[in-house]
Amino acid sequence: MPAIDYSQKIPNNVDLKSDKKLQRALEEWQPNFVEWWCSTGPTDFNANEVYLRTAVGVDRDGWAQFGYVKMPDYRWGIFLEPQQEGRKIGFGDHYGEAAWQEVPGEYRNWLRRLIVTQADTEPASVEQQRLLGHTAPSLYDMRNLFQVNVEEGRHLWAMVYVLQRYFGRDGREEAEELLQRRSGNPDHPRILGTFNEPCEDWLSFLCFTMFTDRDGKYQLLSLAESGFDPLARTCRFMLTEEAHHMFVGQTGVGRVIERTCQLMKAGKDVVKEGAVPLEIIQKYISFWLASSTDLFGSEISSNSANFFRSGLKGRAFEDKYDEHLALNQAYAIDLPEGGKLVRKEVEMRNAMNEVLRDAYLEDNQKGIDYWNRICEKHGIEFRFRMPHRRFHRKIGVYADACYDIDGNPLDAAKFEARAGDWLPTAQDKAYVKSLMKGVREKGKIASWIAPPAKGIDDKGWDWEYVKL
Amino acid sequence: MAATATATAPIEFQTHPSRYKHWKLDVPAGSDCAALTMAVQPLEGLRDSYELKLNSYDLGVDIELADAIQRLRFEQPQVRCIVVTGGLDRVFCAGANIHMLGSSTHGFKVNFCKYTNETRLYLEDASEHSNKRFLCALNGTASGGGYELALACDKILLCDDRNSAVSFPELPLLGVLPGTGGLTRLVDKRKVRKDQADVFSSIAEGIKGKRAVEWGLVDRIAPLSRWKEAVAEMARELARETPANAARGVELPALKVEASEAGRHYEYVTLAFEPGSRRASLTLKLPAEPGPRDGAAALAAGARWWMLQLLRELDDALLHLRLNHPLIGLVVLRVVGDAQVALAADAVLAKNENWFVNEVRGQARRVLKRVENMAKSLYAVADSGTAFAGTFFELYLACDRQYLLNDSDQPVALCVADLSRGAYPMANGLTRLQTRFLAEPARAAKVLEHVGAPLDADSANELGLATFAPDSIDWDDELRLALEERVSFSPDGLTGMEQNLRFAGPETLETKIFGRLSAWQNWIFQRPNAVGERGALKCYGTPKAPEFDYQRT
Repeated sequence: MPAIDYSQKIPNNVDLKSDKKLQRALEEWQPNFVEWWCSTGPTDFNANEVYLRTAVGVDRDGWAQFGYVKMPDYRWGIFLEPQQEGRKIGFGDHYGEAAWQEVPGEYRNWLRRLIVTQADTEPASVEQQRLLGHTAPSLYDMRNLFQVNVEEGRHLWAMVYVLQRYFGRDGREEAEELLQRRSGNPDHPRILGTFNEPCEDWLSFLCFTMFTDRDGKYQLLSLAESGFDPLARTCRFMLTEEAHHMFVGQTGVGRVIERTCQLMKAGKDVVKEGAVPLEIIQKYISFWLASSTDLFGSEISSNSANFFRSGLKGRAFEDKYDEHLALNQAYAIDLPEGGKLVRKEVEMRNAMNEVLRDAYLEDNQKGIDYWNRICEKHGIEFRFRMPHRRFHRKIGVYADACYDIDGNPLDAAKFEARAGDWLPTAQDKAYVKSLMKGVREKGKIASWIAPPAKGIDDKGWDWEYVKL
Repeated sequence: MAATATATAPIEFQTHPSRYKHWKLDVPAGSDCAALTMAVQPLEGLRDSYELKLNSYDLGVDIELADAIQRLRFEQPQVRCIVVTGGLDRVFCAGANIHMLGSSTHGFKVNFCKYTNETRLYLEDASEHSNKRFLCALNGTASGGGYELALACDKILLCDDRNSAVSFPELPLLGVLPGTGGLTRLVDKRKVRKDQADVFSSIAEGIKGKRAVEWGLVDRIAPLSRWKEAVAEMARELARETPANAARGVELPALKVEASEAGRHYEYVTLAFEPGSRRASLTLKLPAEPGPRDGAAALAAGARWWMLQLLRELDDALLHLRLNHPLIGLVVLRVVGDAQVALAADAVLAKNENWFVNEVRGQARRVLKRVENMAKSLYAVADSGTAFAGTFFELYLACDRQYLLNDSDQPVALCVADLSRGAYPMANGLTRLQTRFLAEPARAAKVLEHVGAPLDADSANELGLATFAPDSIDWDDELRLALEERVSFSPDGLTGMEQNLRFAGPETLETKIFGRLSAWQNWIFQRPNAVGERGALKCYGTPKAPEFDYQRT
């Protein structure tokens, strides 16, 4: 592995300086990226020093270097996990063949589509969250937001590297277009629906990092298995960073719950004290979980079968499976038929989206259990729950009908009548929004969230993470 | 293989906007622009074995489209521009449904493609001969047959959302061709460069935005924020290209038909199957009275004008023959009645005094072409009591062979009229007389010297208008042998032969579509690389990758 090249504009471990063509392409792209950041990122905080983690290498010491930096000066780099000698393709029809170090021509277009779709989500979330800095409940949280933002930016870099290095002119054009689409823009929206949903308050942001970034985790896990080695290596490194984003969501929602439970235990009025009732937290969870569940795509999918059989996108932790062809196997799924659900068997390869969704939902349940332990600890009876996977879906076989929170079919009128019990109402949103007042003083925190157990990089939670 | 078209309920071709499942035809009062919006109901396909997702279509969807074009021509003469667009979010149309194709018999696939090809040509015919212009407003991705539909329109506007593309995924994904005129229109109509068309047709996800314009794949792009304005603006431009027409149209009522296993009986048309013979007789019976004598009277009669009704009935009978009666190999065609009745109607058509008469001429032009695209043998039989005159003389020429009874005691009425001079061009752009006498153009002119004057069998035979002209002694036997021989041949060989003989002369976009494109597509549809156990069409949507025999032929 070549040494990391600090002297270049773009920190990297891919020996950028010896590939003049690629270096030029990336150096042309970089100013456009910075311009994108400065116009659609957290623009009002570009001049502030933020205590951020910067990856300067992929080893244990390299990936978490802390220091104050102004976000536009952040060193977005390109890091791939080291290449494993003799890596073999681990699944699909090419199982056991040598992993591809260059793009196989026959799968070029599919691969590009996969990468572009994944890449598009990275800048999208930065755009969705661009105004949240103003309403951060503490400097600690503000810093976490910005950390998430710069790392999503780095993930974009990682994907753009793969596009520019391996996909020629098409790759360069796609890289440009990644900077041209905009979250929620009617003319050129981001590719996936969830990434065009506004993320206007911190409860939404915390749910987003918990659930939507967890979709990202599972997409990255499945791409980390890819037979196209550079993609697998870049995704494996991205996973390290993604884990922090989910930490922000997991602990963040947990702290909102913690605060409410503390007040309840003390016999105080939650709303009077400016905290969020547990029922409203549940509704936010249900909304974002359902929306993020959509991101796995349709339950029965030709694309998922194609991607699996061609060795481009595997299952999360493919090693854990006994066999890796997934041929002549069935996946049982309840399909809507004439207003009822009928159990049908579909080909396993066509159900790969669902297989990945299963793993995702199981992972979510662990997070929910953690939140319930907070309630338990305070002696509060309320328990959080996951909505059923059929609830409030916009994509896939359940998108055309309504299902209640337990996944039972019901007609649209009945759903509408009960929607307010399950999803945030306008009133709920207005209430949450009313709590969103930025707290910028060191050592202070908003009324609706408890302080974290500890800070970042062994600092206290009340340390000056952002110099305002 | 799944059920064939014949094993299930017969397919019906008559419909009405009030019964459309997949299209919405909006004609705002007082406006000369109409909207034709595609929103396919996934569970309302002709068969239950597939779902029509993402605005993918089957024959049922196309039958509605053909009906809409027909009704726009007759019922909405004031409409000058039709905006064809999609009713789903971010997708225009995904083309013909793959699972439908995968589960269809070869014969059904061929007829499905033929019908959809005709529908697209009707759209272009309406632009060329009527006052209709079509704007395809691609509000999302148009792939395969979706883009082919766009290509049939006069102009294409694509929404520029950095995502919506036009594409031909047939080759890379399915191992077949964009067979609904796609490849032909790309290079012949839009004149896209060969190499760029080649690249475009190999990229499953297609080409979007500015490059789609640069390569000539679409005419313009517009952002979503000014989509409505851009569509309206372009529609207005197109409408201005054509004259404004009368505000009141002619409603097309449903055709009355008695259908049984023995045949189909309409008011003027009778289709009768001869049991066990693979033959059918198709008889057109002219009314006793000539009816309207000028354009105004014809318009007043509207859909009750016998000429229009007969043509509509014939068209419906032809479609039933194709899709619901694949075993019928030979159609024996007769027109019976008084030749003067036919000539009177022809005189009205020839004068072409108003938009309505022009539309009826168009109907005749299209039905005659439909005859020539039948994968059936057609014999015109001119015996006692028949009247192949005027427009029906063209029908006579459209058949593969002409049997003419030569018996002075049983005179036949064969009569060429003005319309044979060019009112009904064939797919090759020539008249039927020109095509018949390609070696001796003077003979075509000679036939036209007899316009309006009935020909006896001898003169007709001398002019080269009969394949055989037996006298009454030989007639029955000659005819019987000819019919029996015909149905004994290989049906595939016959179809191939007929399609090669019917269109002598120059190539046009239309002959290329039905000859070159369809023939290659139908060949590919039979090949193991498409439909074998591991063929691309069979493997699509399954967990298996296609396996090709890589030998080029």
